[in-house]
Amino acid sequence: MQLLKLKEGQFIDFLSYKKIAALISFILILGGIVSIVSHNGLKYGIDFKGGTNVQIQFSDQPNLDTIRQIFSEKMMNNIILQTFGDIENKEILLGLPIDSPLGTGERLTLELKNILQSQNKNIEIRRIETIGPKVGDELKISAVKAIFIALGLVLLYITIRFQWRQGVSAIIALLHDVTIVVGIFSILDKEFSLTVVAALLTVVGYSLNDTIVVFDRIRENISKYRKKSMEETINLSITETLSRTLITSGTTLLVVLSLFLLGGEIINDFSFALLVGILIGTYSSIYVASPVSIYLTNLFPPTGESTANS
Amino acid sequence: MDIKVKGGIIVLALIASIYYALPTYRAYQPGVDPQTINNKVNLGLDLQGGMYLDIEIKTEEAVKEIVRRTAVELEDLLIDNQVDFVEVRIANESIILEMEPGRKVNLDSEPYKRFLVQFIQDQKINLTHLTLKEDEIDQIRESSVNQALEVIRNRIDSLGISEPSLQKQGEDNIIIQLPGLKDRDRAIELIGTQAVLQFQIVNNNATQNTYNKLTEVVKYEEVWDKVTNKLISKRPYILNKKILMTGEFIRDARVRIDSRDNSPYVALSFDSIGADVFAKITQRNVGRNMAIVLDDKVQSAPIIREAITGGEASISGQFTVEEAETLKIVLKSGNLPAPIEIREERTVGASLGEDSVNQGMNSLIIGSVLVLLFMLIYYRLAGIFAAIALIFNVIIIISILGVFGATLTLPGMAGIVLTIGMAVDANVLIFQRIREELIRTENPRAAIQEGFGKAFRTILDANVTTLFAALALLQFGTGPIKGFAVTLSIGIIASMFTAIIVTRFFFDLFYLSKTKLNKVII
Repeated sequence: MQLLKLKEGQFIDFLSYKKIAALISFILILGGIVSIVSHNGLKYGIDFKGGTNVQIQFSDQPNLDTIRQIFSEKMMNNIILQTFGDIENKEILLGLPIDSPLGTGERLTLELKNILQSQNKNIEIRRIETIGPKVGDELKISAVKAIFIALGLVLLYITIRFQWRQGVSAIIALLHDVTIVVGIFSILDKEFSLTVVAALLTVVGYSLNDTIVVFDRIRENISKYRKKSMEETINLSITETLSRTLITSGTTLLVVLSLFLLGGEIINDFSFALLVGILIGTYSSIYVASPVSIYLTNLFPPTGESTANS
Repeated sequence: MDIKVKGGIIVLALIASIYYALPTYRAYQPGVDPQTINNKVNLGLDLQGGMYLDIEIKTEEAVKEIVRRTAVELEDLLIDNQVDFVEVRIANESIILEMEPGRKVNLDSEPYKRFLVQFIQDQKINLTHLTLKEDEIDQIRESSVNQALEVIRNRIDSLGISEPSLQKQGEDNIIIQLPGLKDRDRAIELIGTQAVLQFQIVNNNATQNTYNKLTEVVKYEEVWDKVTNKLISKRPYILNKKILMTGEFIRDARVRIDSRDNSPYVALSFDSIGADVFAKITQRNVGRNMAIVLDDKVQSAPIIREAITGGEASISGQFTVEEAETLKIVLKSGNLPAPIEIREERTVGASLGEDSVNQGMNSLIIGSVLVLLFMLIYYRLAGIFAAIALIFNVIIIISILGVFGATLTLPGMAGIVLTIGMAVDANVLIFQRIREELIRTENPRAAIQEGFGKAFRTILDANVTTLFAALALLQFGTGPIKGFAVTLSIGIIASMFTAIIVTRFFFDLFYLSKTKLNKVII
């Protein structure tokens, strides 16, 4: 079985769609940014903003409106209530603000049981997560640091293995991917938490993987077909690696999909970020990294240094 | 390399990894207590249920307390020695001694010198500033963290958790992990109560008009409604500022039941020094009320009818038996040298942990099966090679985690699942290359060799970059994210080994070792 049957040297003209691709990327990025700005920033999870999340399971279907009312009678209006996972799990996720006296208190489970007793006799508190203000700030710094470490290492490695033009194009492709995934999280009003950052960095690694495979082939083909134009060489390289790109994306998507559908609600946002990120990452290694590297090569033509070094 | 040698190495690696993965398999069979088995993959608290707590010891409070105590002591000594001073006060964490104009006291002589050696003196006319030395502050901080560690360890022993873990982290943090914890509230109370016990005399005659803030202090007794858990009232007491005794002399504490009203109370017994002190202060204050103050809240203020010489005291209040138990434990274990603050808490119930394990396993199994099926259908015989390499890969990940006794978290499981999807990438790169070469050349031997050769560099590049991302994630300390970074890193390295060595071996065995090469099925 084979996805593509092409003769040697034959290729698909990917780059003829680069303007459309640029438009799509532009719309996705702009949409995300507009959404982030109109929401006054990202919707941070407690990892970053601090606070307490409590996952509670009820024996009967909970009514969020009633629960919200109970809390507001207790002068606790500043809570976030949402159903957690499938309706049939009868679970809610209660978010308490960082300054809530309940949060780190020794009476949290007791008080919650008292508060919710009128709503439902049998509740089970399944998970409590509290992040204090200091840890929230520390995690924010760690997250930013992690992203810069990853991007820095990548830039360094690609510059050593290829050229700075490829390094920069790869970084642009990565920023493109990350911006779009973050934007989609904002558009869908999903929480931006630490696990999402982990997923983003995985996407960075993954997307780069694709980009490098294409770059590797471009380098190989440049020395092989010296007479072909840059565009042609890139088209050829993308075509030649297309099967691999699609198959690897496919198998990775299979496992991520199984994580997304079966892995449970706790890692759902994580799986979702991976799912979107892998799709975008595959696309960007074809339509962002390569065109940008052509653009950079035209803008800063290599002088003296060999196009196919190492 | 000779194919037999290669095969031998691979078989050895396989045997070794199965051997090291086996404890993990055995540990999680039904009816087995995982703790009896060593070198296994440990389940994170998010998978087995329990509490993760990151607390900060407010060591600056311990420093302030030392300063405060020294000030009181200095004041007492000055009074005892009939020195003419105006007052001893505390400002900006240093002690200020104000003398009457023209009067002097030599603080470098006994009895002052002894307990002021850790202070730097700065004299200005009739004001003397006493400031703690920097290295003394550091030492107080460090010892208060160590002391807190010890106290908390003693307290959580009473929770009956089989494998609690306490670790100092950074300067003044402690990470507490309590697997299998059932009662979250009780654990927080045990860990978080500072349990500073003080005995102070109540000034019964004081009124608002006579209140003297230099010698007296107001503390409250809180009355809670047990049913609704609400604070009903706060009863104020005017106490003499002087603390007559603290809980440091407690030798033992027990919960007893008062036969008159069946209410529980905590009976304390002091060591011999404590018993002497207690006898002295009770003798001096017969007929007055003595407040028993716990963490600045008055618990009770019984009247002293006669000198108590037996070295026993009791704390009554409106306790439930449970509360009395907790109080007993915190008093027995001694007080924390400083208050604590909870920086981070992650508590997961056992049932949720179990659900997470099942969900993680399901996605692992279904994901793997789908990937394996795809590889078999798409690459046929070569797909079988890849499938074997993939299974080998998972065994290696488990064995490495097991050897290091690593902890598997839910994101860690996700990391393994993800690795499976990405691990086939190396195989795909090789197989696609071989296919391409087969189109180009009629010679299958050359195609296989070229395929592996050319794919190798790409595999290396691609995997190294994913490793970078994993490395960047490793800095997230002990949290769940680290678990993900660890499994992802191990998975990536293992996948390179299996693709480049194991898959290659199968090609060697099935094709390259044959003198007449078969048609390559790929």
